[in-house]
Amino acid sequence: MQESFWGFRRENGRVGVRNHVIILPVDDLSNAAAQAVENNIKGTLALPHPYGRLQFGADLDLHFRTLIGTGANPNVAAVVVIGIEDGWTAKVVEGIAKTGKPVAGFGIEGHGDHETIRRASHKAREFLQWASELRREERPLKDLWVSTKCGESDTTSGCGANPTVGNAFDKLYPRGVTLVFGETTELTGGEHLVAARCRNDEVRRKFQFVFDRYQEVINRHKTSDLSESQPTKGNIAGGLTTIEEKALGNIQKIGRKCVVDGVLDKAEMPTGPGLWFMDSSSAAAEMVTLCAAAGYAVHFFPTGQGNVIGNPILPVIKLCANPKTVRTMPEHIDVDVSGLLRKELTPDQAGDKLLDCMFRTANGRLTAAEALGHREFVLTRLYESA
Amino acid sequence: MIHFVVHEEGDGVGVVVVEGVKSGQALSGWIMEDDKDITVTSKSDIPMGHKLALKDYKPGDTVIKYGVDIGKVVQPITRGEHLHVHNVKTKRW
Repeated sequence: MQESFWGFRRENGRVGVRNHVIILPVDDLSNAAAQAVENNIKGTLALPHPYGRLQFGADLDLHFRTLIGTGANPNVAAVVVIGIEDGWTAKVVEGIAKTGKPVAGFGIEGHGDHETIRRASHKAREFLQWASELRREERPLKDLWVSTKCGESDTTSGCGANPTVGNAFDKLYPRGVTLVFGETTELTGGEHLVAARCRNDEVRRKFQFVFDRYQEVINRHKTSDLSESQPTKGNIAGGLTTIEEKALGNIQKIGRKCVVDGVLDKAEMPTGPGLWFMDSSSAAAEMVTLCAAAGYAVHFFPTGQGNVIGNPILPVIKLCANPKTVRTMPEHIDVDVSGLLRKELTPDQAGDKLLDCMFRTANGRLTAAEALGHREFVLTRLYESA
Repeated sequence: MIHFVVHEEGDGVGVVVVEGVKSGQALSGWIMEDDKDITVTSKSDIPMGHKLALKDYKPGDTVIKYGVDIGKVVQPITRGEHLHVHNVKTKRW
C-alpha cells in the first residue's frame, strides 16, 4: 500500500485534498448574495442552506459548529462569510480564523445586497487568485482523515460494499489515519457489537448514552414501527427487511480489527487518530455534511440501490456491489466491487481497489459526485426555531 | 454460478445476487465466511437482493443473519420461499 499522498498543507498543519475558496452564508437570507459572489468570481463555491435564523441553545451551537467546521476544513483554502447582520457573521469568521487561513466577513444590513456583493466579490477574487498558487506537497498517509457513511443500502451493501470499507478501514487504522463512522439509529440491532468494539468502559458508556438518547427520540415521535422510513422504501425494494438487518450490514463498515477509540458529538472535531463514532443522523447528506464539518478530507460512501449524494467540499467516493446498480447508474459509481458476489474478487482485493481510488482522489482526481456537480450541504437541526 | 450468498454458516437466510430467479429453480449458494457451497430449490420468484429462507419457519421464530437476530417471523415460511417484509418484522421500535 502507498504510504503518502499529495495534499495542500494548511496554516494549522492539517492537510486537505481540495483547494476550495468558499462563499459561506451564515443564514438563509444571505444565500442570494453568496450565490451572486460565486457567479462573479469563477472558481469559488457558494454553500447555500435554509437555516441560521432564530435558532437557540444546542441547536444554535450545532449551527455555528457546522459552519465554522466547514470553513475550517482543510479542503478549504479561504472563506468569504456573508450574513444578514454583523454579530453572528463575525462569530463565524472568528471561529474559522483560528485555523490561520484567510477569511473575511460581510454583513448585509446597512449596505444592501449590491454593495455587499461588490465588497465580497473583491475579497473572493483576491482569495481565489492567492489559492490558485498553492501547490500540493507529499504528505504521510496519517495526515489523511477518512469518513464513512452508506446510503440507499440493500442486501449487497452488507455482503459487498460495506465489508470493502471495513477492509480498507482495517488497513488504514494501524497507519494512524483518523477515521469516523456514525448513523446512530442505524446501529439498532447491532449496537451490542459496536459497544463490544469500544476501547474501554468510558468510551462504551458514552456510546451507549448517545445510542439510548437517540432511541428515545425515535420512541417519542414514532407513529409506527418506522417501516418505510428506517429501513427506507429504497432499502426495502433492495431486499432489506428490518432495521436490525440494515444495521448489521451497516456495521460491516468498521471492519474486524479497528477499535472504537472515542465518541464525537455532531460536527465535533476528533482530537487524535483512530476510529471515532459520531452521534449523527443516518440521512446521507446530513451525515456527510457533519463529517466535512468535523474536518474529514475524503469520504467512503457504499451504496446498494444507488444513492447519488455528494458534498461541496468533501469528495465522496461511491462504491457498489450491486451488479444491477453498477450497470444502470455507472456515472455515479467510483469503485465497482460487484465481483465480490461472483467470487471474482476477494475482500482483500476489493479493499485495495477502494484504497487505490482513495489515493487517486486525494491526489486530485475528481469523484463521480464532484464531476456531476453534487453539492448537498444539509445542516442538521435539533428542534424548532424560537 | 452463484445464485445466492449466505454470510455465515448457521444463518437462516440467503441473499439472491442474480436477476430473474424463478420458482422451482435449483439455486447454488455460497456461504461466504466459511467458503462452502449449498443448494436450495426456490419456491418463489425472488428479485435480486431479496432473501430466500434456508429453513422452515413458524410465526414467532427468530431469523438469523450475520449470526445475529434480524427480526421475527409473522407468517409461516418454508425453505426456498421469499422472506421479506410480508412475513418478517422488526423486534425493535
